[in-house]
Amino acid sequence: MAVLVPTPPDGALSLPTAIRRMAPYWLTVSLRTWRGSVVSAFLSPVFYVLAMGVLLGGFIDGGPAQLEGAPDYLAFIVPGLVAGHAMQTAVGDTSWPVFSNFKWNRVYDSMIATPITVRQVAAAHLFFVWVRVTVICAIFDLVVAPFGVFATWWSPFAALGAQSLTGLVFATLMYGYACRISSDAAFGVVFRVGVFPLFLFSGAFFPIANLGAVGERVAQVTPLWHGVNLSRMASLDTVDVSTAVVNLVVLLALAGLGSWWAVSGLERRLSS
Amino acid sequence: MPDLSTEPMIHARGLRKSFGSGDTAFEAVKGIDLDVRRGEAFGFLGPNGAGKSSTMRMIAAVSPVTGGELRILGRDPASEGPAIRARLGVCPQEDTLDSELNVRDNLVIYARYFGIGRADARARADELLELVNLTEKAKAKVDDLSGGMKRRLTIARSLVNRPELLLLDEPTTGLDPQARHVLWDQLFRLKQSGVTLVITTHYMDEAEQLCDRLVVMDKGLVAALGSPSELIREHSSREVAELRFSLADVADDSSANPHQTHAEAVADLADRVEVLPDRLLVYSADGDAVLEQVHERGLRPVATLVRRSTLEDVFLRLTGRTLVD
Repeated sequence: MAVLVPTPPDGALSLPTAIRRMAPYWLTVSLRTWRGSVVSAFLSPVFYVLAMGVLLGGFIDGGPAQLEGAPDYLAFIVPGLVAGHAMQTAVGDTSWPVFSNFKWNRVYDSMIATPITVRQVAAAHLFFVWVRVTVICAIFDLVVAPFGVFATWWSPFAALGAQSLTGLVFATLMYGYACRISSDAAFGVVFRVGVFPLFLFSGAFFPIANLGAVGERVAQVTPLWHGVNLSRMASLDTVDVSTAVVNLVVLLALAGLGSWWAVSGLERRLSS
Repeated sequence: MPDLSTEPMIHARGLRKSFGSGDTAFEAVKGIDLDVRRGEAFGFLGPNGAGKSSTMRMIAAVSPVTGGELRILGRDPASEGPAIRARLGVCPQEDTLDSELNVRDNLVIYARYFGIGRADARARADELLELVNLTEKAKAKVDDLSGGMKRRLTIARSLVNRPELLLLDEPTTGLDPQARHVLWDQLFRLKQSGVTLVITTHYMDEAEQLCDRLVVMDKGLVAALGSPSELIREHSSREVAELRFSLADVADDSSANPHQTHAEAVADLADRVEVLPDRLLVYSADGDAVLEQVHERGLRPVATLVRRSTLEDVFLRLTGRTLVD
């Protein structure tokens, strides 16, 4: 009698296997635009540093006492900018691109016609967005490192971790939102009343103490502030352990919650 | 161990599908029974909104079953979806090709989803491009392909994992007649090679050309099941005489449908008479004899045609409506 090699009863793939099977797709898609991505990944930090750090910073006389421990404005603004940039990149990659994948070009529909499940599709897309955000932040940190913005050798690595985590949080949140809207016009609203104000008022450009007692409290409950603060404490070597723990726990909790929100959103969308 | 040769590829009993809940609930499939056998071409014929695509999505193991029993390739789609999908080919109603990838990469990348290695995926892609006559277009952008070429590429993609069961949802909708015939030829060859085909269509000629057996679906239910010839024999006459009358034929009331007015005059000549807005269908074993009698009675249709009954007539009989509105 022939020996039968049994497949697992449900033939389900493990998540790493599923991600590996989707990797050629995500690599092909990102490689096609790699020139533009790399140029903008290098140019954005250069422009930011020149405009904000050097030119605008030239008017700012504050020292460590006013700038949360930063020696000058450039060192203050860079860690916040990179965290903000992580958010911007993450929401950019998970808004229209996600919506399009189930509404217009239907890439997700073709993926779930295979042994890959809806959950795995969402997880893989988020994973590759996360990788992209992390690479872009790493390039940013690399470009600005010679300007003396990192206090110690481990600062850029720890800051990158905070920035990368910030990107993951916003990628999951926007992903779940993209899955639940009926028209892409809804992105305009969330960019205007959510992303843009967060970028401006979460402590990236000025210490949130300047917002007044109430404003400071409000800023402290926004997700971006936790990322900005963690990134800055790591960059400037001004880590306050209890604050850092709070920042980290909030970001990890949001990433967990966001992942559930994203995956359940895509399941609602595709498994009807 | 179950006998794989006789086990149905698809087995459904009382299969139902609903969307939404409460006041907005909508039942798309209202309890259908069917068995699809290995190696046959099985069709779902019905107008838009009959529940064909909802049924197809359940069979494709991407849409959860609301009620009833469904087994695909002997497995339960609720718990064994990935294993089922590994052995299925799916050609969706709308092309879901990736316009950001070229023609060949659409196949190579799709093959990777099934766990096919890079070298094998490339070889398989070239083989399939050859099969659907798209080898010269391998490096072309998807957007530059014609509608018929896109459809052929989608079918090539659905074959990448050498499926045992190929699901084709409205495969030729939107194609010109020549492209349809090319596609039918390719589907026929696939069937010859042993692939079981499941096809939804609202074209009766497509169903007659391709399907060994089919179900006529209407409003979420199966109205009839059988081979095209069985269905025609059972639900229609051998021939149909089509009579078209002039609108001016009705003297007293110009808004009346002249075909309605004349229906009574010919009712006794036929097994059955159907009144359409533009013509009268008179069902009889001998269409020419009907025409002769019509003329003898002094009726003067502006155009006449005698033809064999088709699935369109079966559909009209079963549902009171035409397939394509």
